[in-house]
Amino acid sequence: MPPIQSTEVENEPHPDVALVERVRGGDLSAYDTLVRKYERQVFRIAQHITQNREDAEDVTQDAFLKAYEKLEQFQGNSKFYTWLVRIAVNESLMRLRKRRTAKTVSMDDDIETEEGFVPRDFADWSPNPEQNYDNSELTDILRKTIQGLPRGFRVVFVLRDVENLSTEETAEALGLSVPAVKSRLLRARLQLRERLSRYFRRPDGTLQLDAKRGKSPSGK
Amino acid sequence: MKCTEFLSMLDEVIDETFAAETRERIERHIHKCGHCEVVVNTTKQTIQIYQCHEIIEFPTTLRERLHQSIMERCAKVKRSLA
Repeated sequence: MPPIQSTEVENEPHPDVALVERVRGGDLSAYDTLVRKYERQVFRIAQHITQNREDAEDVTQDAFLKAYEKLEQFQGNSKFYTWLVRIAVNESLMRLRKRRTAKTVSMDDDIETEEGFVPRDFADWSPNPEQNYDNSELTDILRKTIQGLPRGFRVVFVLRDVENLSTEETAEALGLSVPAVKSRLLRARLQLRERLSRYFRRPDGTLQLDAKRGKSPSGK
Repeated sequence: MKCTEFLSMLDEVIDETFAAETRERIERHIHKCGHCEVVVNTTKQTIQIYQCHEIIEFPTTLRERLHQSIMERCAKVKRSLA
């Protein structure tokens, strides 16, 4: 296995720092650059949380506007993007609360309380299983599958594995502890894997690995 | 190493963030347990598939409309502060 490498160069300021400083100095074109850079990610995150396109559009606009208005409050202890994601997450939750006026909405609404998750499906997947579906079928499967996850798991998976935030940044953006992010990420990954197995498993149910090793599938 | 211990470390295995001294035990377990190897491989594939496929459409027309609206609203805020 390759050694773990940090992608950050220590002590080198993030390129957004200079842009934020220019915006603070009154340069709106610098904010235009930041919006262009992150509008796609903010829209995706908002859509994953609200599950509604119109809400995601409103959240994207409101999050960038709020970030602009509150830029003086941004301390620079975290990355601008992490701070922006936190605003977008809060705006998304507020939007959900507006839709369901009689009910409180949080990131933990539909998370089961019991700890741990044990995999049940040990079938190997077909080689390149995506190729068994055309693009729109695959998009449907992936969308349906991730939408079926509890919101608190879905958002952690999206921030950590799709948007590539670190565990610490994900925790900061969601206002969660690092252990809570780790626990949710593990369960999100395993639940998605289990659900996708229905579509991607090898038709004969055999373990490709056992075939490779020349032995029959092992029992547990 | 038993499967339960291995699975409790699954995220570290996938992200390769486990302690160096655990590597040999992990590799030994994966080598002898086909089920755990399948879980690791298919979980990695799950992550990869979601990273490679854009499942939320964000067409250029929508992007431009939102962008223009955001910048107009920010410009209004800037003017009101001037």
